[in-house]
Amino acid sequence: MLKTFLIGIKDVKLAFRDRAALIFMLLAPFLLTLGMGLVTGRFSGNSSSGISDIPVVIVNQDDGDLGQALVDTFNSQDLADLVEPTFGSEPEAARSMVDEDQVAAAIIIPAGFTNSIIPQQGAFNNGAMPEAVKIELYANPSRPTSAGIIKAIVDEFLSRIEEGTVGGQTSILQLLVSGRITPQEANAAGEEMTKRLQDAPNNSQLAITLNTSTADGEELDFDILAYLAPGMALMFLMFTVSYGGRSILAEKAQGTLPRLLVSPTNSMQILGGKVFGIFLTGVVQMLILIGGTSLLFQLKWGDSLGVIVLVLAAVFSATGWGMIITALARTPAQVGSVGSAMMLIFGILGGSFISLEQMPPLIQTISRITPNSWALDGFTTLALGGTLSNLSTPITALLTMGGVLFLASVLLFGKKNLVQK
Amino acid sequence: MPNILEVQDLVKKYGDFTAVKGISFTIKEGEIFSLLGPNGAGKTTTISMLSTLYAPTSGDATIAGHSVTKNPMDVRNAIGVVPQELALYEELSARENLIFWGQMYGLSGSALKERVEEVLGQIGLLDKAKDRVKTYSGGMKRRVNIGVGLLHKPKLLFMDEPTVGIDPQSRRAILDTVKDLNKQGMTVLYTTHYMEEAEELSDRVGIIDHGELIAIGTQKELTKQVGETETLVLHVGENEDPQALVTAFKNVPDILEANVVDHEISIITPSATDVLAPVVSKANERGIKIHSIDIREPNLEAVFLHLTGRALRD
Ligand SMILES: Nc1ncnc2c1ncn2[C@@H]1O[C@H](COP(=O)(O)OP(=O)(O)OP(=O)(O)O)[C@@H](O)[C@H]1O
Ligand SMILES: [Mg+2]
Repeated sequence: MLKTFLIGIKDVKLAFRDRAALIFMLLAPFLLTLGMGLVTGRFSGNSSSGISDIPVVIVNQDDGDLGQALVDTFNSQDLADLVEPTFGSEPEAARSMVDEDQVAAAIIIPAGFTNSIIPQQGAFNNGAMPEAVKIELYANPSRPTSAGIIKAIVDEFLSRIEEGTVGGQTSILQLLVSGRITPQEANAAGEEMTKRLQDAPNNSQLAITLNTSTADGEELDFDILAYLAPGMALMFLMFTVSYGGRSILAEKAQGTLPRLLVSPTNSMQILGGKVFGIFLTGVVQMLILIGGTSLLFQLKWGDSLGVIVLVLAAVFSATGWGMIITALARTPAQVGSVGSAMMLIFGILGGSFISLEQMPPLIQTISRITPNSWALDGFTTLALGGTLSNLSTPITALLTMGGVLFLASVLLFGKKNLVQK
Repeated sequence: MPNILEVQDLVKKYGDFTAVKGISFTIKEGEIFSLLGPNGAGKTTTISMLSTLYAPTSGDATIAGHSVTKNPMDVRNAIGVVPQELALYEELSARENLIFWGQMYGLSGSALKERVEEVLGQIGLLDKAKDRVKTYSGGMKRRVNIGVGLLHKPKLLFMDEPTVGIDPQSRRAILDTVKDLNKQGMTVLYTTHYMEEAEELSDRVGIIDHGELIAIGTQKELTKQVGETETLVLHVGENEDPQALVTAFKNVPDILEANVVDHEISIITPSATDVLAPVVSKANERGIKIHSIDIREPNLEAVFLHLTGRALRD
C-alpha cells in the first residue's frame, strides 16, 4: 500500500517536471480556453462578463400550462440578461431566422405538449399514456455556445418535468409551483393539476427558472467560459492519462520497471502505483486548471463539492481509457500516438469544440463513450447552479465506464507479461 | 566460508534460442566472482535469472539459502542489482533517485536519509546530489546506477558490466568502489567482457561463451590451462593480410596456436624468444610489414583464445 502510494507520488513529480507534458497538461488547455474566450467576446471589456442577450425565437403552439411555463422561464427576470427572447407563431419562419443567423436558436413547442405529459382526466383513466410530443430545438451552428446555453436551459426545464413524472404525476406541481402544493393522489392528477396551475398566484415564481444567482445574491450570467474551460480541461485530461499509460511501457524500456521488479516490491503494487500516479496527476491537473481559471478569469465553476466529486469521477473514467490503450499497445510510441488521436477524437466527440447538439443523433450517441461528454454535461449543470445531487447521471456513467475499462485492462495486463518481450 | 550463491543447471530459452545452456557454479561469501564473456555470451540473461527478473526455463539457484524460483521475495531482499543499462529517473536528482529506490527496498525515515547521504559520499556525488540525473555525464550516471544497488546493504551485489562506455577515470573510480565494497564484506558477482577488469578484481573467474560456462577457477588455475606458455603479439599494418601470415605459421614447430584479432596476430608458444626469428622471416618472405611485437605473460585473454579460437573483445 505504502509503496503503491510512493510510486504514484513519484509519477506525479515526474509528470510535472516534464516540460513537454506541462505544455499539454496546463498551458494548452489554458491558452485554448483563453483564445476561444477571446473569439467569443468573453473578455471584451463589457461589465457584465460573459455572454448576454442571446437572441432566441420561441414558437409556442401548445395551449397547455407547460408550454406557457417554458415561455415564462425565458421571460423571467433571472434570465433577462442572458437571453433575449422573441416570439413567433410560424415554426418555418422561426427556423429561417436561425438559418439567417438572426437568432442563436429556435424553440418550437408543438401543440399537445402539455397534454402529452399531463394527461387529461379521461385519457388518464383508460390507462393509455399519450405519446410524448417533443419540443424542437433548432440550433444555429455558427453560434455553438449560445445555442448550447439555450439547450441547457431547455434541458434543465425538461429534466425537471421528467423527474416530476417519475414518482407520480402530481410532483410536477411541486416543481412548477415552488413547494406550495402538497403531494396529491396520483389518480387525481390531471384536472387537479391544471386547475392548481391556473390558480397559482404568480407564474414568475416557477421553480424551473434556473438558479442563476449566487449565494451572495449577485446576479450571474451563464459564462461562456464555464462551457469552454471544462471542455478544454477534459480534452487535455485525455492527454494526461495516455501520457501516464505511456510511462508504464516507457519504464519497461528504460529499465526502471525491471529494476522495480527485482526489488522487494510485487507487481500488483507496481501496477497499482502506476495507476494511482495517473489518477493523481489527472486530478492535480484538473484542480490547477479549475483554480487557475477561477482566479484569472473569475470563472465560477459552481458548487465545489459537486466539482470535486465530478473531477474524481471524470479522472477515474479517463484513467480507465489510459489503461486500456496501454494494455493494448506494445510500445510507448504506440500509446503516445493512439493517445493523441484519442485526445482529439474524444475532444471533438465530447463537445470541447462544437456543442454536441450540433451533431447528428448517431454521433451524439457515440459521444457517450467519451468521459468528456458526460463530464461536460456535469460541469455545465454545475455552472448553471446545479449541485452534486443533480449529477447522478454523469457520475454514474463515468464510474461505470471507468470500472468496465479497469476490469478489461487488468485482464489484458494479466495476459501480457510486463517483464519479457 | 559458506557459499552465498549456488547455481544448478540453469537454462534459459528465448523461444527456440537457448541463451543459457545449463550453467552451474558457486560463489563463496566475501568473494568477487567475475563472469567474463564476449557480447551475447549470456551474462545478462544469467543475472536476470539470478535476480528473479526472468524465470529460468529449467534449473534453479539459491542465494543466501533462498531459491530464486520458490522464494523470490527473500532473494530480492538479499541482493542488490546494478543493471547493465542505466535504470534511473532522469528527471529526478541523484538524491531523489536514491530516496525513491531506498523506499522500494523498505527503508524510511532517518535510516533512509542517513543511508542516502552515505551512499552519495561513497559514489562521490555529494556536491552534485541536487542536480537532475539528466544533466550528468555518462560516468556520473553509472555511479548513481551503482549507488541504487547499494542502498539496503545487500549481502550479494550483482554488477552487470558497470563500466561499459565510460571514460577511464570513471572506470577507475568504479573499480576502486567495487574493491572497497568487497573489503567491507560485500560479495560481488561482476560481469564484464574486459579481461583486465576480471583480472584486477576477481578472486575467481567464470568464462562464459555461447551460454556455456567453459572454464572456472582462480586466474592461476585458468592460465595453467594454456600451459607454461607466453603470448607473442604481432601488430601488422592496416593493408596487410594477417590471415595469410597465420597460414604460413602452421609448420613452425613451437607455435601452438595463432589467432587473428583485427590487425593483431596472437601466437601462443612455450618460448617467445625461440619463435621470434622464424616469425620475422616468414613475414619477410611474404612481404608483410610488422609494426611492433609484444611478449605477454599468459592471461585470461589467452585462455579465452585458447578455448574458443576467438578474441574476447568485440
Ligand atoms: N529477450 C530476449 N529475447 C530473445 N533473445 C534474447 C533476449 N535477451 C537476450 N537474448 C539473446 O540471448 C543471448 C545472450 O544475451 P545476453 O544479453 O544475456 O548476453 P550478454 O552476455 O549480457 O551480452 P552483452 O555483453 O552484449 O551484454 C544473445 O544472443 C541475445 O541476443
Ligand atoms: Mg549483457
